Amino acid sequence: MTTFGNLLQQLINAISMGSSYALMAIGLAMVFGILRLINFAHGDLIMVGSYTVLFLQLAGAPFWVAALVGIAATTLAGLIMERVAYRPIRGAPAIDMLLTSFAVGIFLENVAILIFTPISRAFPAPAVMTQVLQYGALRISSLDLITTGVTFISLVLLTLFVTHTKVGISMRAVSEDSLGARLTGINVNTVIVAAFAIGSMLAGVSGLLWSARIGKVDPLMGFYPGLKAFIAAVIGGMGSLSGAVLGAYILGFLEVLFQGLLPASLAPFRDAFVFLALIVLLLFRPNGILGRPDTEKI
Amino acid sequence: MPQTQPILALKEVYVSYGSVRALKGVTIEAQEGELVALLGANGAGKTTTLMAISGILRPRSGSIAYRGHDLAKMKSDAIVQLGVMQCPEGRHIFGALSVLENLQMGAVSRKDRQSIQQELERVLSLFPILKQRIRQTSGTLSGGEQQMLAVGRALMARPSLLMLDEPSLGLAPLIVESIFNVIQQLHNQGMTILLVEQNARQALLVANHAYVLETGQIKLSGKAEELRTNPEVQRLYLGG
Amino acid sequence: MKLRMLKTQSLPKVLTPIFLVLLLTGALLAINFLASSYVQRVITILGINIVFVVSLNLLNGFTGVFSLGQVGFMAIGAYTAAILTLPLNLKVVSLPNLPSWLAGVQLSFVPALLIGAVVSTLVALVIGLSLMRLGGSYVSVATMGFLVIVHVVLINWDSLTRGARTFAGVPPYTTLWWAWGWAALTVYVVWRLVHSSYGRSMRAVRDNEIAAQMLGINIMRTRLLAFCTSAFLAGVAGALWAHYITSFSPEAFYFTETFSLIMMLVIGGMGSISGSILGTVAITLLSEALRNAERGANLGFIKIPPIYGASQILTAAAFIAVIIYHPQGLLGGREFNFRRLLISSHRRGKGKN
Repeated sequence: MTTFGNLLQQLINAISMGSSYALMAIGLAMVFGILRLINFAHGDLIMVGSYTVLFLQLAGAPFWVAALVGIAATTLAGLIMERVAYRPIRGAPAIDMLLTSFAVGIFLENVAILIFTPISRAFPAPAVMTQVLQYGALRISSLDLITTGVTFISLVLLTLFVTHTKVGISMRAVSEDSLGARLTGINVNTVIVAAFAIGSMLAGVSGLLWSARIGKVDPLMGFYPGLKAFIAAVIGGMGSLSGAVLGAYILGFLEVLFQGLLPASLAPFRDAFVFLALIVLLLFRPNGILGRPDTEKI
Repeated sequence: MPQTQPILALKEVYVSYGSVRALKGVTIEAQEGELVALLGANGAGKTTTLMAISGILRPRSGSIAYRGHDLAKMKSDAIVQLGVMQCPEGRHIFGALSVLENLQMGAVSRKDRQSIQQELERVLSLFPILKQRIRQTSGTLSGGEQQMLAVGRALMARPSLLMLDEPSLGLAPLIVESIFNVIQQLHNQGMTILLVEQNARQALLVANHAYVLETGQIKLSGKAEELRTNPEVQRLYLGG
Repeated sequence: MKLRMLKTQSLPKVLTPIFLVLLLTGALLAINFLASSYVQRVITILGINIVFVVSLNLLNGFTGVFSLGQVGFMAIGAYTAAILTLPLNLKVVSLPNLPSWLAGVQLSFVPALLIGAVVSTLVALVIGLSLMRLGGSYVSVATMGFLVIVHVVLINWDSLTRGARTFAGVPPYTTLWWAWGWAALTVYVVWRLVHSSYGRSMRAVRDNEIAAQMLGINIMRTRLLAFCTSAFLAGVAGALWAHYITSFSPEAFYFTETFSLIMMLVIGGMGSISGSILGTVAITLLSEALRNAERGANLGFIKIPPIYGASQILTAAAFIAVIIYHPQGLLGGREFNFRRLLISSHRRGKGKN
């Protein structure tokens, strides 16, 4: 393959990874924008979705039915999480909220280990997701196309939502100034619940796409994606939806870039380099690329 | 003249921040259509009073009656639906949202799309500069324009009680004058207004009735003309 | 009345620590000779945890730098010391690719431990120069990134660490006395630091950065001092732990461990040294009890099956409950005070205040 072809392939890889991360990062950014909560358990919501889809399929349900129910289940799980763990501590210092989300994540992971055992199980993906398309020397998997398409559609729908619906604009208002929002008569609670619902729904979608990608499901599968989503959101600017997407693609590019540039001996250290790049970025732009230096509670 | 029931009545309201007692038994009344001024130095508890009425702070004891409802037990969005709107100190407009979106948020408690559109036109005719900047990101407006937007946003809810917290703060005298003109206009149209101001002179010029708050307690109250000529008030708040 | 007041006031300040040290020595002697090896094990680990948690409090609680990566320093201390003390014959077998200058080195406990701690501190100094500029949630994110980097390096630098495989054969140098000796030293050092002008600076930086700057406090230097001290002690804790458990892998120094230790800090109450000690004791003992309960129980008429992972689930749930209902922790950020205990019980006896 020519160098150009090679570069193009890498570009395709970067975009497809970026799309995966973007879906996860958007959900995280939505919740942070409104609550200033870094939900470390977001990755574990992804895991919940994947297991639901898996077991429904094993029970005989067709993939699309399982997918819909899985997304609904993840949304429900997110709402329960909000009601039980996060609502009682609203307004608490950011550290408390961060630690609580940590605890929720650990709770979910261990419950999953208890119920499903730590062994990973194969995830049956529908045929449409497992095709590989060849264009000359270029390979694109249908899953990559689907993921990128879903990410794009989600972003468009979400943007329309926050600019044209009452609840959506209210979300931006609450994210901006929650006191002003309360005084204007916005029911902040409803807005928060809506944000969690959307974020969790997106987690559900990204969960089944991720499981299709890696081909399996296990209790700790949400850890790394959750971490990556978090990094993406931070790079782009926490709380900004476009920032989360931008950060996700940058992360995808960084990963592919380091993978390609690093000599073979250093290749396994790729993630370390990516995190190093993140830390360097934070030093110059602690609010991320698109983030605004606004109210930081601590 | 027969004693009418006040539209707003605070009775012996106590509000605390943790262990600090911000309001110690505040009693305030406003008749329908009155403009009541709440004066006092920084930290006297004026903002706390408004926040208690709006349902942001919960009083430890005492009652806040508005048209028969006890606001002290209600949630902030329910209070807004009753027609009680606050234009807070520092404005708290949604800087990332456009002028139009800010105004739309003001009407969030109302359902009737037709009347919301009418209200929008009314507000824009009151503040023509906002009409000019309708699609502009509100964070880029000048201080005076932001204050107008804040008041306009509050008016979008068609309030029956409008509370303004330091509307003149940080604004040039000319702008302050135009803001107070609007306040006078609204008063003339029969709106009940609760005005918190450090600018006592301006406030007493437009008000019917006034209260002076000092470290969480009402120290003086009376008709605006009386307080204007009160030597204590003159010394402390009117620079004379 | 006057006599009673005189009594509580005239206790010279130096008697309390002496009393505590004597009490501790007595307790350790009793445990050493009378308790089972299982109890000794738990108490030793408790001592090591105290070293770490109290040092964590210095950084997170007193200086307001909420680092999520301190376990990374523990790992550096552990691996460095372990590599240095590993017997030469084992080195040949387990770490065949060690660089030549290390392959022939075998140190005794104290120098290895100190070198491990010093290496941790140097790393802290280097990354601290950049990271301590950040505040709030950002430093948490960045230090979390540091932990991930350490983890990746440990897993991939096989020649030095055996990668993801178990690092075994570490000489079991750590005893009850070593653990608690260091614990006492840590408490002493942190106590003195906190009650010195440095401590005042740290708290000023924690509470109000802008005001601290106006008072002429150098924020970077204050944070860096706390960061490096904490890293040193974390390295010590790591080295102690490595030489107690004698075999470990990089997984032991990742988020699960981070969470347990942070739990101990939060439960005890940040900003209180005695709180950290109490929190550590509470969580260590609770975790042990739960871990035992995990194996199930035979109550005669009911047989409870083993529920592995239950201890994690319960501690996570307990943590969430504490944050919701009592976020200031057991001691609420204040030091344990006998006088206060006596006065409050006296008041309670006499009825309402």
